[in-house]
Amino acid sequence: MATGTAAWLPFARAAAIGWMPVASCPMPLAPRDNSKKKDELIMLNVSGRRFQTWRTTLDRYPDTLLGSSEKDFFYNEEAKEYFFDRDPDVFRSILNFYRTGKLHYPRQECISAYDEELTFFGIIPEIIGDCCYEEYKDRKRENLERLQDDQEDNKDMKLPNMTIRETMWRAFENPHTSTMALVFYYVTGFFIAISVITNVVETVPCGATPHHKNMPCGERYTVAFFCMDTACVMIFTVEYLLRLFAAPSRYRFMRSVMSIIDVVAILPYYIGLVMSNNEDVSGAFVTLRVFRVFRIFKFSRHSQGLRILGYTLKSCASELGFLLFSLTMAIIIFATVMFYAEKGSSSSKFTSIPASFWYTIVTMTTLGYGDMVPKTIAGKIFGSICSLSGVLVIALPVPVIVSNFSRIYHQNQRADKRRAQKKTRQARIRIAKSGSANAFLASKHHGLLNELLELTGTEEDEQKLIRNTSLLESQHHHLLHCLEKTTVGGLKHPMLAQASLAHEFVDEHMFEQNCLEEALQSYPSRSPSVSSQGSCTICCCGSRSTSRNTALHIQSSQLAVHPSSRSNLNLRAEDGSRVNCKGGQVTTAIISLPSPPSLAPHREGRHHPHHPTTTTIRPSHRGEHPRSPRASRPPQAPHPPASSRCPPSDRSLSVDRNF
Amino acid sequence: EWTEGLQTVGIVLLVFASIKLLHMLGLISFSEDSIEDELELSTVRHRPEGLEQLEAQTRFSRKELQILYRGFKNECPSGVVNEDTFKEIYAQFFPQGDASTYAHFLFNAFDTDHNGSLSFEDFVMGLSILLRGTVQEKLNWAFNLYDINKDGYITKEEMLDIMKAIYDMMGKCTYPVLKEETPRQHVEVFFQKMDKNKDGVVTIDEFIDCCQNDENIMRSMHIFENVL
Repeated sequence: MATGTAAWLPFARAAAIGWMPVASCPMPLAPRDNSKKKDELIMLNVSGRRFQTWRTTLDRYPDTLLGSSEKDFFYNEEAKEYFFDRDPDVFRSILNFYRTGKLHYPRQECISAYDEELTFFGIIPEIIGDCCYEEYKDRKRENLERLQDDQEDNKDMKLPNMTIRETMWRAFENPHTSTMALVFYYVTGFFIAISVITNVVETVPCGATPHHKNMPCGERYTVAFFCMDTACVMIFTVEYLLRLFAAPSRYRFMRSVMSIIDVVAILPYYIGLVMSNNEDVSGAFVTLRVFRVFRIFKFSRHSQGLRILGYTLKSCASELGFLLFSLTMAIIIFATVMFYAEKGSSSSKFTSIPASFWYTIVTMTTLGYGDMVPKTIAGKIFGSICSLSGVLVIALPVPVIVSNFSRIYHQNQRADKRRAQKKTRQARIRIAKSGSANAFLASKHHGLLNELLELTGTEEDEQKLIRNTSLLESQHHHLLHCLEKTTVGGLKHPMLAQASLAHEFVDEHMFEQNCLEEALQSYPSRSPSVSSQGSCTICCCGSRSTSRNTALHIQSSQLAVHPSSRSNLNLRAEDGSRVNCKGGQVTTAIISLPSPPSLAPHREGRHHPHHPTTTTIRPSHRGEHPRSPRASRPPQAPHPPASSRCPPSDRSLSVDRNF
Repeated sequence: EWTEGLQTVGIVLLVFASIKLLHMLGLISFSEDSIEDELELSTVRHRPEGLEQLEAQTRFSRKELQILYRGFKNECPSGVVNEDTFKEIYAQFFPQGDASTYAHFLFNAFDTDHNGSLSFEDFVMGLSILLRGTVQEKLNWAFNLYDINKDGYITKEEMLDIMKAIYDMMGKCTYPVLKEETPRQHVEVFFQKMDKNKDGVVTIDEFIDCCQNDENIMRSMHIFENVL
């Protein structure tokens, strides 16, 4: 109900007394208004700007946030006001909605920000008043169009497993995806151009020969032109067949405009081959050759502007239709008038009304060839009226078409720009992600060290370490660590050991290393550097890290009691109680080459090769130790668990997700 | 002959077209009335009498008057309600039917000085009677509503109009279905009850008398007492 009804309801109810004497049966009882709240002023504090209004004003719309008890969630007891941490400028129009019953859209606000605010306050945008509704809808549509472009960008993404067919189709559709596609693109473009030029040159008179007079080049050098034509058609046929083969939906492809153009372009040649050279059908054959000009439309695959033009014309179909219709009407009217006006004059060219059509069209489009001119005064008067109106009729729909074209063209340009920026955007996103992953691993080391310090260090050292991460970060890292812990399975069974060890976040590019490591089954030695150096070099060959960052797979088999583990935790016997939360978890550490022995006291995590689903295992960072290993490439940093409480046994490795 | 005729037609056409063009451009005008009256009638603005006076004249407290005026002024910033706005507002409460006829009668009942617009005083006076008045006053007001031409007698035609207006507000989708004679029958029932001397009209005394004797009506008069 609008505000009007709420305010006038008491009046309407009072006026109902007028029905009472007429009624013949008793009236129902009136509902009691128990909550006789006195109308009070409510203070709304929106990001510091204070708005005050009556409570009844807000109660007018009980299904919105401010009108219902939902606002009690925002009540600030000390200040006795309702505090909202939102945009105060937009709130103005929202509060005005309660006051006046009409929702207005402020033009200087961004449409998505406004929408968000409306959603927050529980107001549906459809009630925007008529004065602002059109503008709102326009802006919303524009915004949607802009966002739609983003979704189309995914088609450039290369899926991991693509069949030959899919690759080919992708190459055909987006030539810039591979060099082969680009070559093919340019070759076809070149041949289209050759074909069109050939068709044109064919008809140019080549110069007289002693036998015949001036005849076109086509007839003079028949063989040459025939060879050229054959070559072009060969290429076009091959291209068409390849496209047909690669198309995901052949039926849809065959129905598409481009394929029809292709077919029409090459068909005349084959028909010409098939048909014999007798005179009856050669007339038809000549007509068919006209269709060869359609080859020029094949250029639309190469030119985006042409495509846009075609799309514009399609979308302006109604305006074009209107133009055509009004022109036809005007032509018929004026042709009739001119014919009757000129009927009297002698030797008049206006022999019939259809003959006058030509004059009318030429005049209305202001061409004025001058082959037909009116001679009588009446004819001249009507002729001038005709040309004046012609200008008007043609000028009317043109701006609509132009504005449509401009809109579509700009949309396209925006899409192109966005595609170009996509690479940088993705790189930025990757860096941001890896940054956080780095932070995770770094705090894992912090945790490691913290534990160490707990045992050995002093309080201040610990504080120094903890200080570096913010509360949010440390909570995030704790969360990731808990995820790591969650994925622990039964550790006892040797067969399951591989799959059930806690997954940890590791570096992305170390995934291959881990796969290699699967082969290495024995880690008996206690000198990590020696035993795993070999493996490490195999593993690390792929890593593009600095020398100090090469991770080393360390095998520490201190706890022989874990038969399941391929590598044992590098634990001292007395630390057995702190192996890990779950107990019995054995992990191997990836540590950097230069300092394997010094890392012996550190907890080492195990990485384990994980079947390549979406998670990959990478070696973890050990950030704390100055010479500790780091994941080779920062962008691929895994998420180190931040918790320092849990034994660091499974900390070294992290499972990362393929971004 | 052909060409002569067409020539004349062409010239006449030209002349007319140029005259029309000049007229459109505003250079010539045909008559004095065609001059656009750009000035709209200035919107009627009305300020009510002071709060004390209204307090004295009605039975509302100061606070209630304040609340009433705030609601009134919010809806009608110019301070007066004209009949069309009134009909619109009233129609919002009865979405299924057509409340315009009844709203018209109601408007006339409230508009005591019959100047075509409802000011805040009219509004508040009416409400005062309806909500805080004695039963006598309320019945008086109802009689005033039914008596369309304000001659002191309710005739059958007047009552029929009122009845039809009330039934119109119900709309078409009712159960049982509204028939053509239902208002008429209802009027007959009403007149049977009210018209004591069977002279075909109901006077104010007959009306009040009859209503006071009817328990249902008496009870229903008090229903809306705590509206405000």
